Amino acid sequence: MEDLLNLTAHGLSERITAGDASVREAAEAANGRVEEVDGDLNSFVTTTPELALERAGRVDGRLPGGGVKPWELVPIVVKDVLSTRGVRTTCGSKILEDFTPLYDASALANFGEEPVMVGKSNMDEFAMGSSTENSAYGPTRNPWDTGRVPGGSSGGSAAAVAAGEGWWALGTDTGGSVRQPAALCGIVGLKPTYGRVSRYGLISFGSSLDCIGPMTRDVKDSALLLQAIAGHDPRDSTSANVEVPDYLANLEDGVEGLRVGVVTELMDERIDAGVREVTSRVATGLEAAGAEVGEVSLPHAYYALEAYYIIAPAEVSSNLARFDGVRYGLRVPADGVHEMYRRTRERGFGAEAKRRIMLGTYALSSGYYDAYYAQAQKVRTKIIEDFRKAYARYDILVSPTSPSVAFEIGAKTDDPLAMYLQDICAVPASLAGVPAISVPGGLSESLPVGVQLMGDHFTEGMLLRAARAAERVADFGFSPRP
Amino acid sequence: MISEEQVRHVASLARLGLTEDEIREMGGQLDAILDSIEKIRELDLADTPPTANPLNLSNVLRPDESRPELTSEEALAPAPDAVDDLFAVPRID
Repeated sequence: MEDLLNLTAHGLSERITAGDASVREAAEAANGRVEEVDGDLNSFVTTTPELALERAGRVDGRLPGGGVKPWELVPIVVKDVLSTRGVRTTCGSKILEDFTPLYDASALANFGEEPVMVGKSNMDEFAMGSSTENSAYGPTRNPWDTGRVPGGSSGGSAAAVAAGEGWWALGTDTGGSVRQPAALCGIVGLKPTYGRVSRYGLISFGSSLDCIGPMTRDVKDSALLLQAIAGHDPRDSTSANVEVPDYLANLEDGVEGLRVGVVTELMDERIDAGVREVTSRVATGLEAAGAEVGEVSLPHAYYALEAYYIIAPAEVSSNLARFDGVRYGLRVPADGVHEMYRRTRERGFGAEAKRRIMLGTYALSSGYYDAYYAQAQKVRTKIIEDFRKAYARYDILVSPTSPSVAFEIGAKTDDPLAMYLQDICAVPASLAGVPAISVPGGLSESLPVGVQLMGDHFTEGMLLRAARAAERVADFGFSPRP
Repeated sequence: MISEEQVRHVASLARLGLTEDEIREMGGQLDAILDSIEKIRELDLADTPPTANPLNLSNVLRPDESRPELTSEEALAPAPDAVDDLFAVPRID
């Protein structure tokens, strides 16, 4: 039998449906691959091999009765920021080292009542970072070059998919945390429209920005996984009550007649030449495939990173207030309650979490609120207006996903600002809440480059169709590494 | 310049303990980050409304209906210190 690990998720699902493999065999293959490579990669904080086999057996048992969704057949990797019933969920933090959630996040519950899960993937603490080096459980290594980072914060999910420790993964994206690691590991990463996927059970970082998204081997897998997790949820008041269309129906329709704008501000000298070159090549390929390709300006994109690094820390300083040693997580005992809070948070949080709590608390404090937070929220309005104008003229916007290919472990850990610059291409879409996808476009310095495509709110169907065309143009191919 | 005293004040607002080393480093790091984001203040946005939610949703309501949720035993299971039916905390000072 052909190695199951070389199949896409939809390929595996079809194989199992045809009766030529079982879900249990798939789970065994993933467990074996984790065993083989994860000592080197550290993609996982927690692996769940027995749980995967047990649940796989039950899905196999349900198959003859019918009613099993195609995605349920394919074992999945889940970022350790998503609550999983009965399985420890750390958020990459010491403060949640022994925390076991009582329910599954809605996105995962939509995937299946008992999702066949390979394990919980490593991440920057509370999803703050662009390299997965800010994890209390050690850095994850890039399967393309184990001396380099996989990107972040969903670096564990990206590395696991790129290495074939599973067929697909859920990641989360606040300012690029699905797209940038997908780009650096040579896989597809989709940040859906804000509100398209319920945040219930996602441990919050920036509540007005956080999105759960698929990290997959190809665009068709991305469409299939989005189909599984999307939908309105009364438990999340920010989830959108908008019908979920069939994301696979028009996937192969091509880009004939589609208007594609390359974003000028995201193609300047801040982006490595090799990355720009790959992006231009894909845009030219889309033109050859029948799209109308031009240039478009998002003038306030120059202020997006700055606005993001006020809004996201402000929201996180508020969200992380819940980790107080009272209801769950670590408690460091002390005489009075305030000293208990301070000591618990001092020991439980890592350096970047502390830095962002301080930055956010400062930006929200009396005397600075208007200068920083309120101003950043107004910049956000301007960015949304820029996108609105751009979408009056174009259907899809194109840019690089990240300014460079994967960098070496340790290269940016002493310089928070250099690390933040990794997000320059990703944050405009995050602030505007529009969907964006990273597709492998080619190589630079023998490492993968991601090309980002952005659509208007709730146009994931068209975005995926354009991404599928870009994937055909790039002809990148996927095989598990190393 | 953010002084060590300001760092201590903000940390105390956030109920965040910092080591002496962290206090010394934090001021300079916050300065560097704030310097880099200073440029958003050059935009004149007096007439621009702020955005809190990218879809502009507000006041989303659902019916106020009771339904089975976690039992108190389940809800207390992850607590560091539970006494009877309650979360126990040190003396409130």
